[in-house]
Amino acid sequence: MNKAVTLLAAIVLLFSCNSEEKVSKEDIIENYAQIVYASYQDTYDQAEKLKQEIEVFINEPSDDGLQACKEAWLMAREAYGQTEAFRFYGGPIDGENGPEGQINAWPLDEAYIDYVASDNNNANIINSPEQYPEINAEFIASMNEKGSETNVSSGYHAIEFLLWGQDLSDGAGAGQRPYTDYIPADEAHRIHAERRQTYLLETAKLLLHDLNTVKQEWEPNQDNYRAEFTSNPEESLKKIFSGLGKLSKGELAGERMFVAYDLKSKEDEHSCFSDNTHRDIITNEKGIQNVYLGEYKMLNSDSTVNGPGVYHLLKSEDPELAENLKETIAKGLASSKKIEAPFDQQIKNPEGRKQIAATISLFRKQGDLFAVAANKFGFKFDPEAI
Amino acid sequence: MRNSYSLYLLIALFIFSCSSKESYEAVSESSLYPGGDAATTDDFSVNAFGHAAPKISDAKQMQFVTGNAFFKRNWVTAPASTEDLDGLGPLLNAKSCSSCHFLDGKGEPGFEKGQSSALLFRLSVENAEGKVVPVPNYGNQFNHLAIIGAKEEGDVKIEYEEVKGRYADGTEYSLRKPTYSFENLNYGDIDEKVMVSPRVAPHIIGLGLLEAISKEDILAIADPDDKNNDGISGRPNYVEDVVEGKKVIGRFGWKANEPTVKQQVAGAFQGDMGLTSTIFPAQNDTEAQLLASIINGGEPEVTDDILDRVTLYSQVLAVPKRRNARTKNVVDGQKLFHEIGCQKCHTPSFTTKDNADIEEFSNQKIYPYTDLLLHDMGEGLADHRPDNEANGVEWRTAPLWGLGLVKTVNGHTTLLHDGRARNVEEAILWHGGEAQNSQEEFKQLSKINRENLIAFVNSL
Repeated sequence: MNKAVTLLAAIVLLFSCNSEEKVSKEDIIENYAQIVYASYQDTYDQAEKLKQEIEVFINEPSDDGLQACKEAWLMAREAYGQTEAFRFYGGPIDGENGPEGQINAWPLDEAYIDYVASDNNNANIINSPEQYPEINAEFIASMNEKGSETNVSSGYHAIEFLLWGQDLSDGAGAGQRPYTDYIPADEAHRIHAERRQTYLLETAKLLLHDLNTVKQEWEPNQDNYRAEFTSNPEESLKKIFSGLGKLSKGELAGERMFVAYDLKSKEDEHSCFSDNTHRDIITNEKGIQNVYLGEYKMLNSDSTVNGPGVYHLLKSEDPELAENLKETIAKGLASSKKIEAPFDQQIKNPEGRKQIAATISLFRKQGDLFAVAANKFGFKFDPEAI
Repeated sequence: MRNSYSLYLLIALFIFSCSSKESYEAVSESSLYPGGDAATTDDFSVNAFGHAAPKISDAKQMQFVTGNAFFKRNWVTAPASTEDLDGLGPLLNAKSCSSCHFLDGKGEPGFEKGQSSALLFRLSVENAEGKVVPVPNYGNQFNHLAIIGAKEEGDVKIEYEEVKGRYADGTEYSLRKPTYSFENLNYGDIDEKVMVSPRVAPHIIGLGLLEAISKEDILAIADPDDKNNDGISGRPNYVEDVVEGKKVIGRFGWKANEPTVKQQVAGAFQGDMGLTSTIFPAQNDTEAQLLASIINGGEPEVTDDILDRVTLYSQVLAVPKRRNARTKNVVDGQKLFHEIGCQKCHTPSFTTKDNADIEEFSNQKIYPYTDLLLHDMGEGLADHRPDNEANGVEWRTAPLWGLGLVKTVNGHTTLLHDGRARNVEEAILWHGGEAQNSQEEFKQLSKINRENLIAFVNSL
């Protein structure tokens, strides 16, 4: 497969060097689909590694094993964060039956899953064996829609909570769950360690399953979403633009950053157990840049997808706007990298707030520019509406 | 009075029917913008109800973003790492505002698909002194959900019975009449004299504009004793403004039982989600339920900052522009709307006061199609549960703006306080009491005229 990616990239490169001709929408869409597929492939592979580390860890719980799981989780997020550029247009990830809510739901009702800092620690799934005798992937998925259609206790953030635990520190510092939470039959430790092990592993399995369904929809040469997507370049182009604009302004600048910034509230942030929110921001912006420039560097190999991106199409229509957007994205990425970790502390100190505000404002501008770009191609969308 | 009006209209029709401009005359330019200059949107997509009023300041725009986030997010059980979002329950109907007001739109009873959070039930009883009080054990709202560690209050059972009727032209229609009962009760029996009021979540556009209508303008059209003998009273509800500590005109809720958007929002946090605020600091469980030991999410659980932003969000949602307002069938429908007297309660237009709390909303000519007053709607719709000064047969005139887009946004067309009407036609047919005459006139209309009238309502 990687060979195929490189080959395609080579062909695309060949053509793009060869002539001054306008890039075709078909080429853009094809290259986009390739980036999406490669990104989900990485995401799936990283989630598979995470699952493997979890298996090793629960087989023989140790502090090193827990650390290895955490590292695998962080790597898995590097891949997934970039795929969020493929959201907000009802594609396989977040269309009507898309698994996004099951993969990345937030905020997470942690007290629903496991013990928290409370005296009332039996009122959750792991610690209620009589009420919920068997924990498996299907059961975890079935607990999703209890009470509200978006009430989910699975996905990356459930795994994050099971690895890090609640972040109860007042200052800097992530959650401090001890690995001994996973050691069974030891009265000195937390009860129901086996059930905790099972929950952790089964959630990882569910995540893999869900990611796989999305990946399959983007596989080349299949009767799937991708086939439909590539056969309708005009409509698909609208989706790409609005997806990028909405992630920029409504979701990233608004929901994920301004809300926490506005209320200065600790832990009103995306990855609150691991304190990885700063990377969530960077990888989202990176994902936008990937699509815009038409390039994606795979995480697990040296192969790259490289072809005409939205930038090249826009350039033929309005070179100034194309460059402006390119620069804004680059600045936004650079600015987001300057936000120090952990994010939940930076929203409180003046220096950090300045950096966050500057980044928010670049992301908002970026969203607006995508909307302007859309107008150039004769359609409208509201980058604020997510 | 009405006869001469009709005659006049008839003459006008004759004159205009010769010219090609014909029906366009009846529809003013401003009426195409029901939310005025400040708060009308031209998005007719699934997100039609989700936009901030275009004229609000940048600072408010940003607060709208935060408000939107808290409107959509699920609240979680305390204690949680997301401190701002914990404190849900112990008892609840929903975990987020948007689970009932999905996409800021209207809920549906949805019982065929299982119990819906969007339809809730207010409860009360008359005590020995004849005062209306919350029902023992269950309080003033039935919560069919609970957090883990508490038991929900029980299940609601709904049964529909089809009731047939006939138009003057012989066409048959059928309305579904609901019966509600409670079962699987977890906190003992409910007093058998309980008074139950079902309330479905309305779409929430234009609320800040309704708030900006002056009290004087509302009272000017009230006619509590029907002095003009048109069969229509129109009474203001007077309810307590908890912040001001005095009785003021109620404007929001199915019985105009809340005075301000802020109090409405705080009330929903408390009653529907079990979240306390400085306005309503008490949890929503009763003493008899013995749930006091459950950990709360801070005092209050909803901080003032969050309450303010969700309030602002709810105030500034824009109203969609009219669609097809100048097509012939819609204009014909508009005339019929006035001829059969719908506008006597569904007051088409107000101009907001010149010092509105949201300054961008001052002096706006708006078209909400409500008088915000209470009217006797007849036995068919009565809940027989008084609410402040509203009696058991009265309901507030529901605003009609945006109605035609509920289907696009929420995928259904159910209407009225408990969603019993499956569409506009059925909603009209349920009208009784003071609206009985209009309802009967509607039944006398030809099929095409009925359709035109409905087309007009759907163009709002």
